[in-house]
Amino acid sequence: MSSVVLITIISLTLLGLVAALILYFVAQKFKVYEDPRIDEVEEALPAANCGGCGFAGCRNFAEALVRSETFEGLNCPVGGSETMVKVAEILGREAPEIEPRVAVVRCNGTPDNRKRTSFYDGVMNCTIAHNLYGGETDCPYGCLGLGECVEACDFDAMYMDKKTGLPVIIDDNCVACGACVKACPRDIIELRKKARKDRKIYVSCVNKDKGGPAKKACDVACIGCGKCEQVCNFDAITIENNLAFIDSDKCKFCRKCEPVCPTGAILELNFPPRKTEQKKEPEKAEA
Amino acid sequence: MNKLLTVSLSPHEHGKESTKKLMYGVVISLAPALLATVWFFGWSALIVTSVSVVSCMVFEYLITKFILKREPSVDDGSAIVTGLLLAFCLPTNLPIGIIILGSLVAIGVGKMTFGGLGNNPFNPALVGRVFLFLSFPVQMTTWPVPNGFKTSFTDAITGATPLSILNENYDKIPVDSIMTDPELGMPGYQQLFWGDMGGSLGEIAAFALIIGLIYMLIRKIITWHIPVSILGTVAVFTGILWLANPGSNADPLYHLMTGGLLLGAIYMATDYVTSPMSRKGMIVYGVGIGLITVLIRRFGAYPEGVQFAILIMNAFTPLINTYMKPSRFGEEVKNG
Amino acid sequence: MLKTFPKGGVHPPENKISAEAAIDILPVPEQVIIPVGQHLGAPAEPVVERGETVKAGQVIASSKGFVSANIHSSVSGKVLKIDRILDSSGYKQTSIVINVDGDEWIESVDRGTDLKKEIKLTGEEIIKKCAESGIVGMGGATFPSHVKLSLPPGKTCDVLIINGVECEPYLTSDHRLMLEKPEELLTGTTLLMKALGVNRAMIGIENNKPDAIAKLQSLAGDYEGISVHGLKVKYPQGAEKQLIKALINREVPSGGLPIDVGTVVHNVGTAYAVYEAIQKNKPLVERVVTVSGKELDKPVNLLTRIGTPVSKLIEYAGGLSDNTAKVVNGGPMMGKAIGSLDVPVTKGTSGIILIKKDEARRKKTGPCIRCSKCISACPMGLEPYLLMTLAEKELYEKAEKNRIMDCMECGSCSFICPANRPLLDYIRLAKNNVGRMIKERKQK
Repeated sequence: MSSVVLITIISLTLLGLVAALILYFVAQKFKVYEDPRIDEVEEALPAANCGGCGFAGCRNFAEALVRSETFEGLNCPVGGSETMVKVAEILGREAPEIEPRVAVVRCNGTPDNRKRTSFYDGVMNCTIAHNLYGGETDCPYGCLGLGECVEACDFDAMYMDKKTGLPVIIDDNCVACGACVKACPRDIIELRKKARKDRKIYVSCVNKDKGGPAKKACDVACIGCGKCEQVCNFDAITIENNLAFIDSDKCKFCRKCEPVCPTGAILELNFPPRKTEQKKEPEKAEA
Repeated sequence: MNKLLTVSLSPHEHGKESTKKLMYGVVISLAPALLATVWFFGWSALIVTSVSVVSCMVFEYLITKFILKREPSVDDGSAIVTGLLLAFCLPTNLPIGIIILGSLVAIGVGKMTFGGLGNNPFNPALVGRVFLFLSFPVQMTTWPVPNGFKTSFTDAITGATPLSILNENYDKIPVDSIMTDPELGMPGYQQLFWGDMGGSLGEIAAFALIIGLIYMLIRKIITWHIPVSILGTVAVFTGILWLANPGSNADPLYHLMTGGLLLGAIYMATDYVTSPMSRKGMIVYGVGIGLITVLIRRFGAYPEGVQFAILIMNAFTPLINTYMKPSRFGEEVKNG
Repeated sequence: MLKTFPKGGVHPPENKISAEAAIDILPVPEQVIIPVGQHLGAPAEPVVERGETVKAGQVIASSKGFVSANIHSSVSGKVLKIDRILDSSGYKQTSIVINVDGDEWIESVDRGTDLKKEIKLTGEEIIKKCAESGIVGMGGATFPSHVKLSLPPGKTCDVLIINGVECEPYLTSDHRLMLEKPEELLTGTTLLMKALGVNRAMIGIENNKPDAIAKLQSLAGDYEGISVHGLKVKYPQGAEKQLIKALINREVPSGGLPIDVGTVVHNVGTAYAVYEAIQKNKPLVERVVTVSGKELDKPVNLLTRIGTPVSKLIEYAGGLSDNTAKVVNGGPMMGKAIGSLDVPVTKGTSGIILIKKDEARRKKTGPCIRCSKCISACPMGLEPYLLMTLAEKELYEKAEKNRIMDCMECGSCSFICPANRPLLDYIRLAKNNVGRMIKERKQK
């Protein structure tokens, strides 16, 4: 090897060593002390950084978990019970009881059910259309079908059904992070407690108008008649502002409310067919 | 009412301008210059121009459709403008392969890598031109002598441009003698203005470019700020140099009419996407380009500096946009 | 040299096709729908009940708080119901529906058309009567006039500006009012001058109404302190900040009001309504509405009772043609498109414009080519392309720093954008969010 190459190799190696030493000392001197548990907890989290926990990313959530004494208000909807149990182990606390939830779109205003009365021309953004007017139908509470919720979903759990103009939720992918709930300017999407076999029973309407105008705008609107409330034995149904609401935490899935609804606003999904006479289900695209 | 009314947000009217109309307006304003180059260089001018334009359009279509996977919109005219402007920076005897390569770099690297129309920080035609200039310095600096339709396309008689002659001979021979020496063949003012001299397609005919400028100003495609500030700055600085030392500096008028300055000031620097948005910013941008051009021309190694000057100032455009905001209506009220 | 505002502005085609149509009186409809919130500020509260008989000019909803206005019945008849009904805002609003029976007015109202020039009230009494008569800004902003006339402590006013500009295309209601009721207008101006305690008033009129300028100039000599000024035709000359800049060369500060530079601006329609209220005891129950559009057989200017459904006006003007695709409440630059023709005319409805199919659809949006035409067009010196990008990325603090709240939503930027970008749509969205952000910050 020529002397030039030798000198080059030696000098560069020395330079590298000196730099490494400097870096090491500086790193040690200016090190910020962090609770090592934060790293461990962060490892256990799903690393989706979706914000579903309400914090800015998984690291931030890990810091909050380590700092807090209890699990009050701290839940990772993506990882669910599995993750929280792991975190509880690391932190030496009791694992919290969490019930999984799933997003549900409370509107069934398809073009067949809800007549279109105007044509919207403009940016395909729900908030912008919502600020402009009630929408292409006579129901000013219903889904506008422009897909802001679908765009907000980070987990590929939503798509827009082209025929019905309504968003559809893929239960298997939904982690109940709440992004779609926040995105919808009309609060049509709700996080409901997940039941076995993806069963759901809910009022697919958020129309707060009185029965007359509500029904005129949409065939399957909730008119607030109260028949469902009367028939529920578990106090799960309340009527407020001409609108019925089934509390998913109290509902026992007895299915007594669905057949008494005069407009078909209550939807029951993924149940076995009833043993009584043929019941015509209202039109709805299945997920 | 059995018909649905359309509901949309205001305004419910729209002006007559469109991106397409603006781009084609630039194409129309380049027509006099194109005619001038055909007059002086003959077929080769047409060949270079059409190869450049067609390859720019083809590359934009292919890249948009297959790599970016978007709806191609080559008909908006911006690729045609890039193709024309690139052609106007090239010597007419440039081999076709090199022209196509230049188009690929101009459109592919200068425009598409940043996301297409509206997103590029650097003028695509200049990116292509500078790439070719640095990669093929010989081919890019041999200029055919104009001879109408008899101009040779491939090789044979080539001549130098006025700026390259000046650049070689600065501080060796007094400028007066350079100008009058018949052997060097420097064009006089008349030739510069009407175009009977060596150079790239777009450099030669000053009058044709000025007609184009007037057309664009009337049609409100560009405003006067950028061209005037560039030319004004060049005139002022070359004027200062010339007054200080007339022996080794050409006069300002000569500087204004030679090289790619007019082409650059009127067409390249005024490219919407890469120039600042506010009037004040445009003037700062123009002054910068003028200054750098003069520095490179007089003190730098290259005879012509406009291409680099514009690219350098393109890099400053986002900074200029951030700090030189248009003046607001009404002053700020504290605790408003 | 005609005066104008120096910054920004665009030139939409004027289309003043109804300028020659004298004001027609629209027959009273069979039913009126009167919303209780026809003004900026708190909606009024109904003071009548279902089944009650009312007379024209009677108070049917009274103002709630200071920044609010009374609502009067524009017809005589029986109250059918008080319910939430769709109005031109696109949503339902509490409205009083009255089935019309005859045309009886309350006794105090003088329905004669003779001119009453003599002013018997003091300035304060004028303001009080304006408040009682439900007078609001008729230019479209519907700000309660008595609030504008009550100067906040510490602020002085030295000149009154009357806005006869009518810069929106198609609209000609102010134009006809100036031609047909000039003396009433000038008397109304004098009343407003008295209310404000100023001795100088300037009426600004765009130069595309030379007959109105000439008429008012010839008569203004009889009225003290009133001068008439022609202005260059440019949109939005009628915006009050731009009008003030053009006429008296003062710039209203950002976030401020015209009173901060010593002036108050009122629309000619408001001045006329003030005349009727003070001199004829007639509350604000009717207004001139332009019904225009290229498809109409006869574009008209109609004196309409408040609460008349829009369908009645269109019927009178010749009906909706098959080629009509959009109906706009207001002018084409700032007006609101309506989805149903059953919405009522309110105090702020200056025009109903019918737009034909090939002009109704928006063109395809392209990428921003950074041509800076939006910056040239913006009368407030903003950068719409930047504000749209900030709105898309939800960078609301930065938007506030770039003065997004100064935007008056005139639409000049969207109008001029060669790439058809929906600039104003996103700016409006961001303004909502920035407004909310500012409110939350103030509450802390």
